[in-house]
Amino acid sequence: MNLYAIGAMYRSEMSRFFRTIMQSFISPVISTSLYFVVFGTAIGSRIDQVDGVSYGAFIVPGLIMLAVMGQATSNASFGVFFPKFTGTIYELLSAPVNFLEIVIGFVGAAATKALFIGAVILMTSFFFVDITIAHPLAMLAFLLLTCLSFALLGFIIGIWAKNFEQVQLVPMLVITPLVFLGGSFYSISMLPPVWQVTSRFNPVVYLVSGFRWSFFDQADVPVGLSLMAIAGFTGGCMVVIWWIFKTGWRIRS
Amino acid sequence: MPMVDIQNVRKQYAGGFEALKGVNLQIEEGEILALLGPNGAGKTTLISAICGITMPTSGTITVGGFDVVKNFRQARDLIGLVPQEINLEPFTKVIDAVRFTRGLFGKPKDDALIESILKRLSLWDKRDNRTMELSGGMKRRVLIAKALSHEPRVLFLDEPTAGVDVELRRDMWDVVEGLRQDGVTIILTTHYIEEAEAMADRIGVIRQGEILLVEKKDSLIARMGEKELIMELADPLAALPGALSDFDLVLSEDGTCLTYRYDTSAERTGIATLIATLSAQGIAIADMSSRQKSLEDIFVGLVDEHGEDAA
Ligand SMILES: Nc1ncnc2c1ncn2[C@@H]1O[C@H](COP(=O)(O)OP(=O)(O)OP(=O)(O)O)[C@@H](O)[C@H]1O
Ligand SMILES: [Mg+2]
Repeated sequence: MNLYAIGAMYRSEMSRFFRTIMQSFISPVISTSLYFVVFGTAIGSRIDQVDGVSYGAFIVPGLIMLAVMGQATSNASFGVFFPKFTGTIYELLSAPVNFLEIVIGFVGAAATKALFIGAVILMTSFFFVDITIAHPLAMLAFLLLTCLSFALLGFIIGIWAKNFEQVQLVPMLVITPLVFLGGSFYSISMLPPVWQVTSRFNPVVYLVSGFRWSFFDQADVPVGLSLMAIAGFTGGCMVVIWWIFKTGWRIRS
Repeated sequence: MPMVDIQNVRKQYAGGFEALKGVNLQIEEGEILALLGPNGAGKTTLISAICGITMPTSGTITVGGFDVVKNFRQARDLIGLVPQEINLEPFTKVIDAVRFTRGLFGKPKDDALIESILKRLSLWDKRDNRTMELSGGMKRRVLIAKALSHEPRVLFLDEPTAGVDVELRRDMWDVVEGLRQDGVTIILTTHYIEEAEAMADRIGVIRQGEILLVEKKDSLIARMGEKELIMELADPLAALPGALSDFDLVLSEDGTCLTYRYDTSAERTGIATLIATLSAQGIAIADMSSRQKSLEDIFVGLVDEHGEDAA
């Protein structure tokens, strides 16, 4: 393992984050507060409780997931696309590093940033609602795995993308709808039967459900299934990345 | 064992274009090789194949005895690369960019070394500037500093002095001289023949993906020792008189000009005898000049000659 290389890549990715630390901090605080005002107050006044949890508290795990998935994906995809765009990728290609080290450096940094945002949103939530976390360790594990797997997805997007539009396209067109339809702001059991079945094909449902279970001890799908879904997703992304480096697809002419 | 050993390397790009057509080249440790060739000859492609930026279609390359594909870690540990294009992350500070490269190549932090490299390249004052705030020539220095930061044993300089002022060119040559004394093997590409003359031990010429010639600079210079004496005649000659047939003489088509080839390093140039013979034959000379063949003539001659073959 070339640990110095991993450290160098990780630090250089994180330095971009620290350059814009205020933005990184303020924007999730503001958007979370807005969600609480709009969803928690406006809708919460009509829904009161979901599965015995106040609506305001119920949406917290979904809010965190929404932000973390988006942040992990866009941080990683941008982080990888940028060196392709500026041409500095030549350095990564000619350095004595293998694909695993590059992935650890870039994905690790993107996941760290997303984790930070997730934590900020959780803190902000405490100002609006009362929440107790039933399984704190499981909560952390789900959060970490989500950061990791979506950062891996972002890494793939960054390599696939040929321009900045494409970097932004996938998160906007695929991830945001999946998350909104993935039970972030409602329980799947509240949907008509047809949509309950359709939702089973949305991978985000499993993540949100598992994450919510770690807060309230209640889930839309069994927790074991949630874990398997996220492990499968992470594994799938790793295989794709391994293949990318093996063939040099879109990075090595 | 050569430091860099290139065997039968071919490179066909995705579009089907063959940029390298079976290149063989051996470079000894501590040697400085200048690679000359017109635009599109395949110089950058060859360097990219050695450094891992592009995959050769076939053939093998070893650096320090390590295969650049199978043992890429050991091979790349030895290699520093200054690319032709100026590629820098715009928002990074100069010193951070240089430290980054050192880390990427698996070397522990060494601020004293980084400082000495930056000072040698006159970048120390700019160390806290973002790279986008630098001029083009300074950016190129940063690329050189990055490549030197991990103490490579083999250094590739892809047109290091393109678009660079005289001062930096001198600096560059000094840096290269310093590296030569440390025993670093250097491969540089350039379009400036004087640069190849000034720095290289050997000179390679590449054209359309083929190495046309690799020769010691000294023996090339010996070839350059050839001189031409051009004599304009007062009265045109119809043909060369038989008495002059012993001399290496060429008569121009209109008969007004005689060209004599001789070797300056030879013991007798034969000029005195030639002049004596000419006056004995009653041939009057109106004017006379001599011309030395340069590396450039040899280079242009080679490239043109093969260009006709290819056409
Ligand atoms: N990625 C690529 N895809 C397809 N063709 C390429 C690619 N890169 C280079 N080529 C072609 O390969 C040939 C050799 O290019 P290369 O960059 O190696 O030339 P060079 O000798 O470095 O030229 P220059 O002096 O202009 O830098 C050129 O004809 C070029 O168009
Ligand atoms: Mg080139």
